[in-house]
Formats: sequence, structure tokens, C-alpha cells
Amino acid sequence: MFSLLNIRVGFYLAVRQLRRASLWTTGLIVFVMLLTFLNLVVVTGILVGLIEGINESYRTQYTGDVILSALTTKKYIEDTPSVVAFVKTLPQVAMLTERYQAGGTIEANYLTRTNDTEKPNATGAQVIGIDPAVENAFSGLATHIIDGAYLEEGDYDQILVGNLLLAKYAFGNQPGLTPLTDVAPGTKVRLTINGSVREVIVKGVVKSKIAPLAASIFIPAAELRSLTGRTDQNVAQIVIHLVPGGDPDAFKALLLASGIGEKAKIQTFTDAIPNGVADIKTTFAMLGNGFSSIGLVVAAITIFIVIFINAITRRKFIGILKGIGISGEAIEIAYVFQSLFYASIGSAIGLLVLYGIFVPALAAHPIDFPFSDGILVAPLDGTMVRIGLLILTTVIAGYLPSRMIVRRNTLDSILGRN
Amino acid sequence: MIEVKNLVKTFKDGPLETRVLKDIDFTAKSGEFIAIMGRSGAGKSTLLYQISLLDEPTSGEIFINGKETHSMSEHEKMLFRLTEFGYVFQDYALLPELTALENVALPLYMQGASRTAADAKAATALERVGLGKRLDNLPSQLSGGEQQRVSISRAIAHLPGVLFADEPTANLDKESSATVMNIFKELHEGGQTIIMVTHEDEFAQFAERIIKLDDGRIVSDSRL
Repeated sequence: MFSLLNIRVGFYLAVRQLRRASLWTTGLIVFVMLLTFLNLVVVTGILVGLIEGINESYRTQYTGDVILSALTTKKYIEDTPSVVAFVKTLPQVAMLTERYQAGGTIEANYLTRTNDTEKPNATGAQVIGIDPAVENAFSGLATHIIDGAYLEEGDYDQILVGNLLLAKYAFGNQPGLTPLTDVAPGTKVRLTINGSVREVIVKGVVKSKIAPLAASIFIPAAELRSLTGRTDQNVAQIVIHLVPGGDPDAFKALLLASGIGEKAKIQTFTDAIPNGVADIKTTFAMLGNGFSSIGLVVAAITIFIVIFINAITRRKFIGILKGIGISGEAIEIAYVFQSLFYASIGSAIGLLVLYGIFVPALAAHPIDFPFSDGILVAPLDGTMVRIGLLILTTVIAGYLPSRMIVRRNTLDSILGRN
Repeated sequence: MIEVKNLVKTFKDGPLETRVLKDIDFTAKSGEFIAIMGRSGAGKSTLLYQISLLDEPTSGEIFINGKETHSMSEHEKMLFRLTEFGYVFQDYALLPELTALENVALPLYMQGASRTAADAKAATALERVGLGKRLDNLPSQLSGGEQQRVSISRAIAHLPGVLFADEPTANLDKESSATVMNIFKELHEGGQTIIMVTHEDEFAQFAERIIKLDDGRIVSDSRL
């Protein structure tokens, strides 16, 4: 069937039919193909990107590429200064920050509360001790201040509060959280850590889509150490950014081989992200594939209808072609080539739109979901697979109707008889 | 040579059967120019479609150069139409998106000729009918007479054994009709076998033999 001669003649006919077809019709079909392509790639890409956004936020704001944290049996990383000194000597390391951690509570209405039966306006939270300048350089924490100001060198008795801890900035009721009411930058609150109580001022509010940050209190590390009565330099977390192109898994393996694993739990950012996120990613990818499949079916039906209408309106000419001895296969191949053209051009324009506009635009301006900054994830290999699927579907959808028409009786086609 | 024996063609429309051709017998020799005439509905075109292998008779036999055609596969018939026959239809039957040259070259291309060779042969065929300067025109840019001449060029470019023409002048004015018939005359003088359906006596006179049909039967077969 697909002899070289049939392919040659089919191509010859297809080129001429396309060249002299109505520009509007061709444009419309290519546009449908473009939309189908974008539907195939973008829907899945955004669903997966929503989760990738969480991953990326965790990596940039919280865990870095690799995070060292206290062993499950310890409250802090033992011998932190030597661990930090060692890590800083490694060429793969671009930057690191150290964080102290302690459980605490803050109470807002302790001055106005008249008796002990009145419900305290208080909430428990994780208190993170940071070097404000280093933390900001590492995670850009200052850019997440939505009210008030960021901590500065020398600030004392001042804290930053995560938005989930304040009713005014929290979205909805978070299970297990009792956000403080009537608290804003400038409000005095009482901070209690391990029985030590200190009156501090809320200097700023941190808004983050990373739950561990949005539900935390930030305080200068030196003050947290004094509140907890710690005199050592052992921290709860050492968070590391690798140089561009650095491999977190390889770096983790290097640290484990260096014996750091005996002092700290070593995780890459993917290890450290809650398991549920990975599960959601898988679910969203499946959902996206489901939507894409529907898009593929729509594309197939579109091409089927287009080619069928094209072939049925040209039935007389198909009859003439067969009448003068042009093989049915060559005529079918001509329609397959036309379908191929529509799908290829639609996909090519789609590629340009995708990688020239959508991906960079969403990378620069992520979609503001409540729990993630959604980006568009469209790896080239996955996109190519989808193009292959689109072209295959289109070719089949173009071949079937042309075959239906070509198979009809030659003379009936020429004479327009049913 | 085409030999037709006891040819019958019946059309069925539900329970209604219409016998359009009834026991047709005739032989067309190589180099003959035959005009098939008759009133409207006499079965002229139906007969042409059967002997040109565009349709399948209900019964009877057709031999072309001694080969029985009933047992031919669709592919064999297609090859026969491509290489041995040429067709000129009443409404020209040109492909609208192909230029005059491309319309003529296409069957040659299908026969396996290279693009260059097919185009050269097509150009020669078009020059032969006086359209050497209209090679790149689309059918829509040609008059009816010119389109029919392109159609004739397409039919003769591959030097077919038999040229079939179905009412080739029906849609043409007098002048264009005369041009077309003169081309047929020249082709016949060059040895081309032509079987033409027409209802116009004036043009039937160009043939050397006239077969008249009436109600699906041959009522006369005369030489001029």
C-alpha cells in the first residue's frame, strides 16, 4: 500500500491541495491544533507546576538544596561549629544558614485580661532563631514581609510572626491553629519559651506558602539562645544552597561519607518535603493526563470532521482521480499528509508559544495559588511525547475518513450518486 | 481491440429494477473512431462506463485486447485505466487545485515517470492542443473550451490504447466544440482509437462508425 510511488503522488497532491486551500480554513484548523497542543501540555504542566511550585518554595525559602537537622534523638546538631566549618570548605556549597529552634507560645491579651478564667489570646508556635542578614541572603525572608518591617542587626525584643499565627493574615481556619486576634506590627506580646518569659514587639508579619514558616516566630538567634539558656553554638538546622548545577543527592552522599550523618540527619529538599506533596504531584499528573486525553480525543474528532468534510465535498474529484488511474492509496496518503501538516504546524507554533511565552511568563509571574506559586512544568522530552501522540492521533483521524470516501464506488463518486 | 458480448446493466432501486443495457454486442477495432449515439436515457454513457472499466456490468463479457475484464481486481482495473485508457468527461473533470500542466502530468507521475519527464510530456501534450502558453493556469483561469482541451491533453499524454469521451462538447460553444472535434480528428488520423458518446449528429460525423442505441439496445451500427 505505502509504496514509494503512492507516497510520492500522495505528497504531490497534498502539497497542491494545501497550497491552494483557503488561508482562513487552513488557519482555523492549525489554530485548533495549536489549542489542542496547548491543552495537552499546559493543563498537565500547570497541575504539576502547582506542586513543583511548592517544591521550589520549600527549596528556596526553607530547606535549601540540602538540609541538616537534629537527629531524632537530639534537640540540636551536635558539634555544629565543626560541621559548619567542614561544610563551608566544600566547593559545591554556595551559601548556608543556621537556625535555632524551640517550642514556645505567644500571648497577646495578657495586659488586658482581668481574670484567669478569661480565655487567653495565645497560640503555640515554633520559634526560629536566625541571623537576620544571613537568613535574608539565603531565603529572601525579608521579601516575604507583608506588614511591618524585617529584623535588623541589633534588634532586641522584636520578633517576626508568621501569617498563620495572626487572624488578620491567616486564610481560613487552620486545624490545630488558634491565631491571635488584634495583633499587628507594633503590638506587644508575651513570648514564653521553656518557662522563660519575655515581652517582645511584633516587628513584622511574614507571609509564606510554606506552612512551617507561616506558622513560626522568627527572633534573632542570640536572643533565642539567651531565652533558652543555651551557651553552645549547636543549632537545629543547617540549610545549604549548592552552586548552580549542584547535585543534592551527590552532595548528601558526600556528607554521609564524611561522617556528618552521625551528627545530623541529612536530607535533600525532595527528602524533606512532606510525603503528601509527592502524592499530590502524582495525582495531579494523572489528572492532567486525563484532561490531556480528552483534549486528544477532541483533536481527533476535529481532524476527522475536517478531513471528512473536505473529502466528501471533494468526492467527485476523488472519483475522477480514481477514474484516471490514481490509486486509492495515493489519495488516502494525500489526506494523511494534510493531517500531518495541520498537526505539525499547530505543534510547531505551540512549541514557540509554550517555550517562548508561557513558560518564561509563568516563571517570572507564577500563578498565585493559596498554597503554592504555580509555575508551568513542561519538560522537552514530555512535550515531544505529547507532540508524537497528537500527530499520531491526527494522522489516524485524517486517514479514516479519507479511506471511507476513497472506498466508495468510483463512478458513483464521479457522477455524485449516493 | 474491445469486444463486448451480451452486455447487460441493470440498476436497482429497492424493488425497482431498470435494465439500462440489454444484450449489447459489438467489437471496436484498434484505430477506430466510434460515435455512440442515442436519445437521452438510451444508455450511451452507461455503455461507455462499462467498456471503459469505470463500472461493473450486471452480466456479459468485455474483452480488452483479448483479456477478459470481469475477473480483474480493482487494482488491475486501476492500472488498466491508468496506462491503457484516456478519459474526456463532459464537465472536463479537472482538479481545481492543479494547474493545467499538473493536471496533465499527474497520471504520468502515477505511472512512475520522474517529475521532469512527466512535466515535459505534459507540456508537449498541452502544446499539441494549443495551450502551450497556459501551462501554469489553474482550471478556474481557463475558458470551458480550454479546460476541455486540457482534459484531452491529460487523456492522451500517456499515449493510451483507447480514448473515451463522454459528451465532450456538451458544455462548449460552437467554436470550442469544433476545436475539440478537430483535435479528435487529428488524433484519429494519427491512429488513436476513440470511442465517443454524443447526441449531436454534427459531431458524430467526425467518427468513422456510428453505433445508435435506443432503450438499451443497439439499433444500428453503421460506417460512414
